[in-house]
Amino acid sequence: MQHYTMNLTLKVWRQKNASTAGHFETYPVAEISSEMSFLEMIDVLNEKLIKEGKEPIAFDHDCREGICGMCSMYINGRPHGPWQQNTTCQLHMRAYKDGDTIVVEPWRANSFPVVKDLMVDRSAFDRIIQAGGYISVNTGNAVDANAIPVEKEKADSAFAAAACIGCGACVAACKNSSAMLFVSAKVSHLALLPQGHPEKKKRALSMVAQMDKEGFGACTNTGACEAVCPKGISIENIARLNREYMMAGLSESE
Amino acid sequence: MIDSKIPAGPLEHKWTDYKGHCKLVNPANKRKLEVIVVGTGLAGASAAASLGELGYQVKAFCFQDSPRRAHSIAAQGGINAAKNYQNDGDSVFRLFYDTIKGGDYRAREANVHRLAEVSVNIIDQCVAQGVPFAREYGGLLNNRSFGGTQVKRTFYAAGQTGQQLLIGAYQALERQVALGKVKMYTRHEMLDVVVIDGKARGIICRNLVTGQLERHFAHAVLLCTGGYGNVFYLSTNAMGSNVTAAWKAHKKGAYFGNPCFTQIHPTCIPVSGDHQSKLTLMSESLRNDGRIWVPALKGDKRAPNDIPEEERDYFLERRYPAFGNLVPRDVASRAAKERCDAGYGVGTTGQAVYLDFKFNLINKYGKAEANKLGIANPDTNTLIKLGNEVVKEEYGNLFDMYEKITGENPYEVPMRIYPAVHYTMGGLWVDYELMTSVKGLYALGEANFSDHGANRLGASALMQGLADGYFVVPYTIGNYLADEIATKPISTSHPAFEEAEQKAAARINQLLSIQGKQTVESFHKRLGRIMWDKCGMARDEKGLKEAISAIRQLKAEFWSDVRIPGGSDQMNPELDKAGRVADFIELGELMCQDALDRKESCGGHFREESQTEEGEAKRDDVDYAYVAAWEYQGDSQWQLHKEALQFEVAKPSQRSYK
Repeated sequence: MQHYTMNLTLKVWRQKNASTAGHFETYPVAEISSEMSFLEMIDVLNEKLIKEGKEPIAFDHDCREGICGMCSMYINGRPHGPWQQNTTCQLHMRAYKDGDTIVVEPWRANSFPVVKDLMVDRSAFDRIIQAGGYISVNTGNAVDANAIPVEKEKADSAFAAAACIGCGACVAACKNSSAMLFVSAKVSHLALLPQGHPEKKKRALSMVAQMDKEGFGACTNTGACEAVCPKGISIENIARLNREYMMAGLSESE
Repeated sequence: MIDSKIPAGPLEHKWTDYKGHCKLVNPANKRKLEVIVVGTGLAGASAAASLGELGYQVKAFCFQDSPRRAHSIAAQGGINAAKNYQNDGDSVFRLFYDTIKGGDYRAREANVHRLAEVSVNIIDQCVAQGVPFAREYGGLLNNRSFGGTQVKRTFYAAGQTGQQLLIGAYQALERQVALGKVKMYTRHEMLDVVVIDGKARGIICRNLVTGQLERHFAHAVLLCTGGYGNVFYLSTNAMGSNVTAAWKAHKKGAYFGNPCFTQIHPTCIPVSGDHQSKLTLMSESLRNDGRIWVPALKGDKRAPNDIPEEERDYFLERRYPAFGNLVPRDVASRAAKERCDAGYGVGTTGQAVYLDFKFNLINKYGKAEANKLGIANPDTNTLIKLGNEVVKEEYGNLFDMYEKITGENPYEVPMRIYPAVHYTMGGLWVDYELMTSVKGLYALGEANFSDHGANRLGASALMQGLADGYFVVPYTIGNYLADEIATKPISTSHPAFEEAEQKAAARINQLLSIQGKQTVESFHKRLGRIMWDKCGMARDEKGLKEAISAIRQLKAEFWSDVRIPGGSDQMNPELDKAGRVADFIELGELMCQDALDRKESCGGHFREESQTEEGEAKRDDVDYAYVAAWEYQGDSQWQLHKEALQFEVAKPSQRSYK
């Protein structure tokens, strides 16, 4: 693999806090190696800003290996940047060439208010989980792990849905700021497993109710969420959620 | 004198006896007792959820924007449990024995036996929560093997086991939040423990969004704040992982146990340049199917696939025929370092070895699949294609991650790997009840020192975090809180809270007032360099003494020349980082001190002065069979307390994986 260095122009959203208006700032960055990660490139810029006596760009990041779900940059009009099934922290600079201009924004959604610069508040996701995204089993209640066999295919599908990292890219990509992919991934994960069955009706109804209460928009099946999901969560999950929700609604009203 | 409070009686009855006799708190009184849990990884989330379920009033804190982001989430390979579902001879005793031996006889027998006992309950609990572990076609759970053992006892969910376990614990935690039993504080960082009359009674923390300092009372405080691998700057830890909470506790009287015991993981993606901000692990489970090698010829620059079989040196298989590529982590790391230091390393830096899947891809998986499909005499390409599909299912996400970072396709070209700092076996000293040397202050998971001795076996960190949180502390904390039922909540205007908050504020102001020329990051990098060079995979007296003086110098420079932008009454990630790096600098000195004191080699701690003629680690049980518990006595001053380790069941022998 051929390595190279590049000079870039960055246009970054700067916003002091939730109650202040934000704006774009333009920064030149020089001598960026194609081997760097995107966040390491931002690190380089921040070090430069600090040395110049300016405030560095605030952004969420932690594991830098694509699993914690904390990083959240909207890069050139796409959550997590140009690569498929990828998080911002795993995007590497070989995706760019010398002279490129890169626009970096936070997630844009009313339910994810900006905290500062590129950081947003995604606590709405936690509250949706609180509404029913669990199996009610206290520590010590469990039977032997092999007492309940689970069809491999179902277990695999449950795992594929449970791989969601809760980053919110689905919401950021959606023109309606819908959280359906996130909610459906959790509902599917738990509905596909026998352990999750006893609560599945209540779960679907209350998680959807909380999602609406948080102000997320409706799903119009555009599929933008699936296209940008770093973990490849399928919109089949949304179909399953709709089914679960409808069945739950029908039997609840009886 | 250190009292580890190990219950009397035969090893296999200690925990049962303890549970049968420890004090209980009745449900009405539990509601009146408050517990603070700092950190929401596997240990913290499982403890907070379980204590909430029991009826205690819990406050949980994390510095991330959600408890689900704690770094346990990044654990890849799996979790051990003595289920013996594979009928291959596993048992509680074997898991106990492997862990003690793997830890090179520097862990406490009673704790480790308890860990092995509750390991089976963890798997049950997780499955009940909906953790989607890998399964066989019959619908039952699958297992894989891991380094340092000869049985298959590791449960896994592709290469995302930590994520799935943490999400299970996180969901249990959020359920308690919804029920009003746990109050969750995100984007909060603990800056001090408040101690009143010798007992932990609360914490001071900083709201990372507003910058405000806050006081929180509790009858007991649990630190579940993970390890301190980031003292090396480059490690597989998350960027935010830090020692601050543990370090503040240490300065308030909690002893620090075995700080020099650091795990250098053999299979990480090598450093690519100075810009590197962190390192990424490639799960140890890959060593099940990958073979590690370097060219047999020094400085061989050919592409790996052009080097014929007979010109490759599978050095682990050569040196350790019994365990081969599955030797424990410390052994594998040192062997890779030895080859690279001798000039056989590969890649642009020469600091890497190959991890090659081709052999097993063809011979193990490809042939088995061909057989299943009834393909007679398949050609190599067919075998590779079939093998790829199986490997994709087992390790797909890891292979993808490797390709994203390096731009190379590991299905075709062998991975390049090199050891990197991964885990810290050392941590706050705790007794059998997981209580530190400060009453009412507990440490769980990687934050304590207790179960892994001088080297942790793969897939045991997840096991320990969840054991501590789900099945140990819910019992042991009752034994303490039973005597606290008459203690009314203490007002946070108590002078001890006042003083702790003032101290935290003063330190923040001092940091901001320096306004020097160097960035926090640059200090952290320099500290990391010192630690990696002098207190890394190999250590000697001269180097450690040099490191101590270099760290002291760095500390003085930090406190006179660091530059932190912004103020204290706002969100200020640079300020947060500065506080953490300042603590890492102090910890670094203690680690070197501890490494200097321990003149033997054991586990991850390799003293050049103590090795066999073949270059293997040489342990010294006569002089060093103890836990080093360091008491803070002021700036750069520590008093060493020794907890003698007694081995009644697993008799120490020199570890051999040959």
